Amino acid sequence: MGKQTALYNKHIEAGGKMVDFGGWDMPIHYGSQIQEHHAVRQQAGMFDVSHMTIVDVRGVDATAYLQKLLANDVARLQQTGKALYTAMLNHNGGVIDDLIVYRMDGWYRTVVNCATREKDLEWMSAQSKGFDISLTERPELAMIAVQGPQAIASVQQVKPEAAELIGQLQVFQGLPKTDWFFARTGYTGEDGLEIMLPEEEAAAFWQQLLDAGVTPAGLGARDTLRLEAGMNLYGNDMDENVSPLQAGMGWTIAWEPEQRRFIGRDALEEEKAARSASPDNAMKQVGLVLTGRGVMRAHQTVLTAAGEGEITSGTFSPTLENSIAIARVPLATGDQCEVEIRGKQVAAQVVKLPFVRHGKKQF
Amino acid sequence: MSNIPADLKYVASHEWIRTEADGTVTIGITDFAQEQLGDVVFVELPEVGTEVEAEQDIAVVESVKAASDIYAPLAGKIIAVNETLTDAPEKVNEDPYGDAWFFKMELADSSELDGLMDADAYAATCE
Repeated sequence: MGKQTALYNKHIEAGGKMVDFGGWDMPIHYGSQIQEHHAVRQQAGMFDVSHMTIVDVRGVDATAYLQKLLANDVARLQQTGKALYTAMLNHNGGVIDDLIVYRMDGWYRTVVNCATREKDLEWMSAQSKGFDISLTERPELAMIAVQGPQAIASVQQVKPEAAELIGQLQVFQGLPKTDWFFARTGYTGEDGLEIMLPEEEAAAFWQQLLDAGVTPAGLGARDTLRLEAGMNLYGNDMDENVSPLQAGMGWTIAWEPEQRRFIGRDALEEEKAARSASPDNAMKQVGLVLTGRGVMRAHQTVLTAAGEGEITSGTFSPTLENSIAIARVPLATGDQCEVEIRGKQVAAQVVKLPFVRHGKKQF
Repeated sequence: MSNIPADLKYVASHEWIRTEADGTVTIGITDFAQEQLGDVVFVELPEVGTEVEAEQDIAVVESVKAASDIYAPLAGKIIAVNETLTDAPEKVNEDPYGDAWFFKMELADSSELDGLMDADAYAATCE
């Protein structure tokens, strides 16, 4: 049996089908993954994401440390509570993990993936040499993501004392209210909140949301929602051997100021120069929409006029009722390709990500 | 607990086999299998007239989660396929032993049916 979050019993009560996920017993669905997916797109759904790792960074050198550690620049966070999405790179420019950083009042909160927890903590600690900082994991906090067009109103209804604060949150901003933390972030392509709270209060809050009509949604729906939203999944769409330039994360690299020599920068600069010099060898991330029949899956081969590529994540999209995928393909790929699905070559359209945003088709 | 009708035969790869009055057999996937797969979104069926071997993979069922092969339980010829599954794959979740049959076969040797699992033996493999 794996580790259990504070909401384990709520998942069992709701009929959750539990699976192992990075050492945690987590619900894959509560009956129908597709219905949970639609609930998030059309109303509101909630996910237990307490397995994710929260690490607080404090100390006089916290800003300088994160400016070296991360490819995006925390100096861009002009306001308390503002958040950014970033890669943490190794010296070769490969992605160790992707994470969100919130600027707090004089310190930072980061949220990293659960599957990469140990190597992340080890790396973050090793890179802190010479900086006056402290890294504090916050395992005593539960985390619930409430997502969908009615998500914010539902949370305001069950947590009236935080309604005003929640109403003032900008997109990609998080603010504390006593020992709770409300962030307008998510992994679904819908508006909503990610809420960190003391784990002993998590079950009661979950029940209140349930009573307010919010649908519990499992990891299965979380995956189809993030794929429709064109968001990367660490370990699938990128890893330590993939650079952010090949994984659609170019926009998260803060190249300016040039004197900010973040880890991996030298390798990325070399790669950037090589991409311009010989674009024939370069790869990029695209979205694929299958026009033939079947379902695209990770690791299937993509055939294009410019060469071969690979599916990094694929599924059936409940919103579009069609198979969609994220793929790494040659830079010169046009708007059509074929995917090898179980021995057959099936036609697909190449599109820009995301596929779906705020419930609407984007291509 | 999943539903395992007593009047059907089963194979370990989670297909059920029903013998019809005319001696042909109808094949589908079990309640246990559909539950493991989750929401079914795509079904690929064999061609009518195909001669198949026992344990040959001849059809595909895909859920949101994963793809899974469907095997011919015994040797024989495909005589009918359930085209309605192409447009309504969700029937596999709703009615695995009824509307969502996959294909019908004429067996090369009907006596081989005796060698397949009954409901009790199949139930034991699902635990």
